[in-house]
Amino acid sequence: MKRLLFALVMSTQAVGTAVAAEFNAVLLDKSSVSFVSKQMGVPVEGRFKTFAAQISLDTSKPESGKAQIEIELASIDAGSSDANDEAKGKAWFNIREFPGAKFVSSGIRSIGNGRYEAAGKMTIKGKTRDVVAPFSTKTDGGQLLIDGAIPILRLQYGIGGGAWADTGTVADEVQVRFRFTLATKK
Amino acid sequence: MNPPAAYTRVAVVLHWLVALAIFCAFPLGMYMHELPLSPTKLQLYSYHKWLGISALLLVAMRLAWRMGHRPPPLLPGMPRWQEIAAHATHHSLYLLLLAIPLSGWLMSSALGFSVVWFGVIPLPDLVGKDKQLGELLKDVHATLNFTMLALILVHAAAAIKHHVFEHDGTLARMLPFLKVGPRP
Repeated sequence: MKRLLFALVMSTQAVGTAVAAEFNAVLLDKSSVSFVSKQMGVPVEGRFKTFAAQISLDTSKPESGKAQIEIELASIDAGSSDANDEAKGKAWFNIREFPGAKFVSSGIRSIGNGRYEAAGKMTIKGKTRDVVAPFSTKTDGGQLLIDGAIPILRLQYGIGGGAWADTGTVADEVQVRFRFTLATKK
Repeated sequence: MNPPAAYTRVAVVLHWLVALAIFCAFPLGMYMHELPLSPTKLQLYSYHKWLGISALLLVAMRLAWRMGHRPPPLLPGMPRWQEIAAHATHHSLYLLLLAIPLSGWLMSSALGFSVVWFGVIPLPDLVGKDKQLGELLKDVHATLNFTMLALILVHAAAAIKHHVFEHDGTLARMLPFLKVGPRP
């Protein structure tokens, strides 16, 4: 009986994979998490070198998709060593108390033309806010490429307090950009 | 055609506008790069870049103006070596006035902090992001600036010497309100 059940589960899984083509294995070396902030009107790019991501997405039924992304804030590259030190400090990410940032999706939906939206919760510095991340996908050599951005308002999370709170110098809005490459099997 | 007897008003105004830009941007550059990272530092860097690009434009205008309005010849009676020195200094200064803002712009591009003139007009990056090149350009920018400082001191000292010791009209050509005193 146990064996039969096992066989049954295996076969449904096999069928599921064949029909649905769910991509669920994130290839980290082909993925990136970066961000663009505006300093005195100048877009400045940075990135996070270390992050973890569990994503499953079947573009034929995006509603069943899920994403959870965790970013190690200490891995920030904000463009200069001065900026990196500053970003890790108390006024910005305060990584000693809050080493990670996290996004957990609550729902993914298609918005047409190969574009999707992942709604979810973003947690940074102990503060959780609702965010919506638009993204697009394309398949390439049996892999799914996901490309999108999460616009956040840094002051909602208390990122860049004190003298840095002035949005005339560093704008409130920061674009967190993500590119993930997914394979079908884990 | 006779050579012009004086600098045009436009040439005089542009000369002093560039001088003013240098007078502000140079000490600002010296001061800002030592600062710890702060909003003030970001602001000062932007102001410095805006000044530098403004100076570059003013210098381009000066050169264009100079094409159509030749400067007056040096005053007669100067020793030959002084004439050569004056021309060499002027040419070197023009070269530096172009090279310095350009090296700053290149540095900004290489370090990944583009220039947005007055926070409004984004300038294209002259080179791709390249940290090593950026560090090299930092040294180039500083060296060119100290060379310019030395030349400006020579330039100003010569002008003052002409006014104070020779009592000729050299300085008054660039400072029209200046009265040339009689020889003692």
